[in-house]
Amino acid sequence: MTTMAILTIFILSVFVGFEVVSKVSTTLHTPLMSGANAIHGIILVGAILVAAEAKTTLETTLAILAVVLATINMVGGFVVTDRMLEMFKGKGGKK
Amino acid sequence: MNSNLYALLGLGVAVSFIMALKGLSAPKTARRGNLIGAFGATVATVIVFFDPAIEEGHNTLLIIGAIAFGVIVGVPAARKIQMTQMPQLVALFNGVGGGAAALVAIVEYLNLSAEGKPSTANLIATVFTVIVGSTSFSGSVITFLKLQELMTTRPVVFPGGRFVIAATLVGVLASGGWTISSGGNTPLLVMGILALLFGVLFVLPVGGADVPIVISLLNAFTGLTVAASGYVLQSTLLIVAGTLVGASGTILTRKMAEAMGRSLFGTLFGAFTAKPQAQAVGGEVRPVKSGSPDDVAILLNYAQRVVIVPGFGLAVAQAQHTVRELADLLAERGVEVAYGIHPVAGRMPGHMNVLLAEASVPYEQLVEMEEINPTFPQTDVVLVVGANDVVNPAAKTTPGCPIYGMPILDVAGAGNVIFLKRSMRPGFAGIENDLLYDAKTTLLFGDAKDSLTKVVSALKAL
Repeated sequence: MTTMAILTIFILSVFVGFEVVSKVSTTLHTPLMSGANAIHGIILVGAILVAAEAKTTLETTLAILAVVLATINMVGGFVVTDRMLEMFKGKGGKK
Repeated sequence: MNSNLYALLGLGVAVSFIMALKGLSAPKTARRGNLIGAFGATVATVIVFFDPAIEEGHNTLLIIGAIAFGVIVGVPAARKIQMTQMPQLVALFNGVGGGAAALVAIVEYLNLSAEGKPSTANLIATVFTVIVGSTSFSGSVITFLKLQELMTTRPVVFPGGRFVIAATLVGVLASGGWTISSGGNTPLLVMGILALLFGVLFVLPVGGADVPIVISLLNAFTGLTVAASGYVLQSTLLIVAGTLVGASGTILTRKMAEAMGRSLFGTLFGAFTAKPQAQAVGGEVRPVKSGSPDDVAILLNYAQRVVIVPGFGLAVAQAQHTVRELADLLAERGVEVAYGIHPVAGRMPGHMNVLLAEASVPYEQLVEMEEINPTFPQTDVVLVVGANDVVNPAAKTTPGCPIYGMPILDVAGAGNVIFLKRSMRPGFAGIENDLLYDAKTTLLFGDAKDSLTKVVSALKAL
């Protein structure tokens, strides 16, 4: 990838990131933070990539540790966000 | 896998994350948004094994085992956690994410260094990821310890602390420069250790109500480290996802800071400007008026309008269902009931909304601070359930106290104020509340749930 292409992706993502959360209500600050937290667990993809290409024992050990940590971040993050949001459900349904 | 197909699937995942964040900003779509994000993340995790960039994959079984282990640790932790402890769990998840990003950068650095000195651009991205990832990791761990009350929740400030912090930061940056200019493992190791230390020092002086802001800020930081790793690994998906979190996290942090009347700058650089504070004058015993559950029930029963102000104590006591029972009982007797929700009541913004929603409190009864404040003079009784800092007039009257400048619920304007408290211990921010000694205040000591249950039965007997 050229540096220009990467810069373009980066800058556009910044604006999308600003835009998507610009209207969030106070009520949802916590779940939104938690959801964003889960999304950066996508570093798991990077951890798997480096683990698959690790050559030395040191590299493998560190990469596997990264896979464990990233999985906890991602899976735990989505589950805990879902649990928070579960509390909001059915508000329209039952009165 | 065909590289175009792989790129296309990666793009789909990136879009799912945008939809997830968008969904999470509106109550109706929030849960669906989260599920879309989780689905996208799952797809990304599966397809990465078929990434055409991997020439000969090693360790596949080991990786799958590590993922399984992560799931076994992460899911039960997220499932079993009490609602009250959710903030620190989010902090911890954020920390391990930052740690993972730093590790990924280190491994890639070792890998690239084996083939000669990596390019300067890669070195800069690596240095950035390791510094910010390590800071986020150790900072989040300290936040966790503070919220879990395994250490003091007050700001920890020691004499000359800001010079130590500034010196550490200079050390981090210098070792970063050293890594970029010379490569090699020693500079990176020194830098990583200094960055871990900096994370600890950065969060220690943060106290009380500022902790949630710091969690949110570290969350945004971790997002940016993921983006930087994406640059080194040439992964568009990581760049997009990381940047999204970094950008939305920054906005969110600013919104939280605004909701609390804090300047983001002040929170950010609090570590550099914090001075040891004179501790509140203790020892002086002032009289308070404490009442029985019957007194409280009578006050409530003959009120026209009651506002309930929930705080962290409600969460600790798991009293949300009992408080709702009380509210329903009062409403049956013709009392107008509303809940006054401070944006940062509890330990995270929106904490109370989540909790009361669990007890199916009607959404219309939850009134935000700006709307409820003008109505306090027309309110007969305010029932403060386990809240303290968010109603503490010191935020208005005592310049220099840790919560000075934070908007509060002006409950002092109401006819009567009832505090349900466990003890006279000050709140999370560690500041005395003068309102407790006011003539219109009645205190009912005890666990919030026990007290509320007693009040409910006293009310039924009336």
